[in-house]
Amino acid sequence: MDQLYREYIIDHYKNPRNFGELEPRDAEFFDFNPICGDEMGVHIRLEGDRIADLRFHGQGCAISQASASIISDALKGMTVTEVANLDRRFVVDELGLELSPTRLKCGLLGLKVVQGALLGTDEWPSGTPEEDPDAAEVARLRDEI
Amino acid sequence: MEAVTTQSALPRSVEEIRADFPILARQIGGKPVAYLDNAATAQKPAAVIEAIDSYYRNSNANIHRSMHDLAADATALYEGGRERVAELVGVRPGEAVFVRNATEAINLVRFSWGRRNVGEGDTVLITRMEHHSNVVPWQLLCQEQGARLQYLEIDDEGRLDLGELEQKLASGRVKLVAVAHVSNVLGTINPVAEISARASAAGATVLIDGAQAVPQLPVDIAETGADFYAFTGHKMLGPTGIGVLWGRRELLDEMPPFLGGGSMIKHVADDLSTWAPPPAKFEAGTPAIAEAAGLGVAADYLASLGMSAVRSHERELTAYALERLSGVSGLQIYGPPDAADRGGLVSFTLDGIHPHDLAEICNRGGVAIRAGHHCAQPLMRSLGVPGTARASFSVYNTPEEVDRLVDALEQAKAVFGD
Repeated sequence: MDQLYREYIIDHYKNPRNFGELEPRDAEFFDFNPICGDEMGVHIRLEGDRIADLRFHGQGCAISQASASIISDALKGMTVTEVANLDRRFVVDELGLELSPTRLKCGLLGLKVVQGALLGTDEWPSGTPEEDPDAAEVARLRDEI
Repeated sequence: MEAVTTQSALPRSVEEIRADFPILARQIGGKPVAYLDNAATAQKPAAVIEAIDSYYRNSNANIHRSMHDLAADATALYEGGRERVAELVGVRPGEAVFVRNATEAINLVRFSWGRRNVGEGDTVLITRMEHHSNVVPWQLLCQEQGARLQYLEIDDEGRLDLGELEQKLASGRVKLVAVAHVSNVLGTINPVAEISARASAAGATVLIDGAQAVPQLPVDIAETGADFYAFTGHKMLGPTGIGVLWGRRELLDEMPPFLGGGSMIKHVADDLSTWAPPPAKFEAGTPAIAEAAGLGVAADYLASLGMSAVRSHERELTAYALERLSGVSGLQIYGPPDAADRGGLVSFTLDGIHPHDLAEICNRGGVAIRAGHHCAQPLMRSLGVPGTARASFSVYNTPEEVDRLVDALEQAKAVFGD
């Protein structure tokens, strides 16, 4: 079995869950990884401070798209505070595999846009930087854009 | 399958040439690395690495103006490097300005020539296939000067249309035409002499980005008709941190300095200075001395193989790659269909598999390719793809490495269930 491109990863990549648009919506965010060009947007509908529904949309590698698909169900029902406390570990656990430093950003992009939509932040999920040798470069590039 | 191994155009066997490059012994994924990312940067022969090492061990000193032997050695190595790289591209050393890379060369023209010669209402004309290094400096110049940036579009086979060039030039407002000699994504070898002739006739200055051309084609800069020609050392088997801006002497003489500081002056009064003649006028501060020495050795290495032979070798490999890749179902190739019209690279996409996933799976088999936008986002938008995968060749690559690439692509298809 392929250690990275496992069957369920490929399945989520080809048939992503909770993908598309959401109308009406209460929050949205769009971002991309300037290093590789993976793109991801999210639409969120809230009930109180809980995520009632969400839809991702974007294009990119198998890891970025499958990761968003895989975390999408777990995010439903979470409060804004719970989302704020999610970090790299949440994504890695949901994915069920560790990501190499070069692919970590791909996997985290989905969570990043959700946190961006609900918290108004433009930061990568915590737990990212020191394990990612590209982090400083990414941060520098983001500042330039 | 046509055999291309035995009939190499090179004066030495590829096996012998490979032995000159220490890094090719490195194993990745349990196999010797098949380095097919030469358009990004090329590997370095031992002679280049040793020249850098020897400079620091035996000759290190600051260049010019010192009376001791070490400084004389260092100066000779630095200027010797300039002479050898100038000879490779057929220009006078006095017109070859050392810079950090092609990007800096182009930015030098932007700041020094551009600010004086491109004004409000003028046009800078570039092409759809430019690398960001030949896009962004002109965006910035145009924003600064109130000028307009225009693009020459490409056809379905990645070629420019000289008729469109004529149309754009007819406005009479085009001050600069900046064009890649060889595209880093499509591989297209542009008709630069023809472009220069038409642009010059319309009164425009011509800058050619030769970063991809000098490593793989016999380049005679005079034949290109350019006013400025930029290239970089690290893609032509040389070190990083050094490149060349060639400029016509009259232009270099007229242009104000780019950076001010040591080495670039003739006389410094309290309130103003006069400038050293080119190229020193544009080389403020202590330059990349070891790198210049290494670049000279890289130029010699290429010259010893012969640039025509280098071109033949890479054209044959490219033809072989085009043939093998076109046999992979679901694979699209970008750029001119015939290897005779393109440099030594092939960009492609494979249905249903993102280029980054392709590159990742290739890497497992020790095949190093690049994936992404290749610093050419305007081109990617025009092609309608988020990115491509790209295999690019150098003197040490073999048809067997192309076979390993094709095998890896088939594995990727298996992983993705196609």
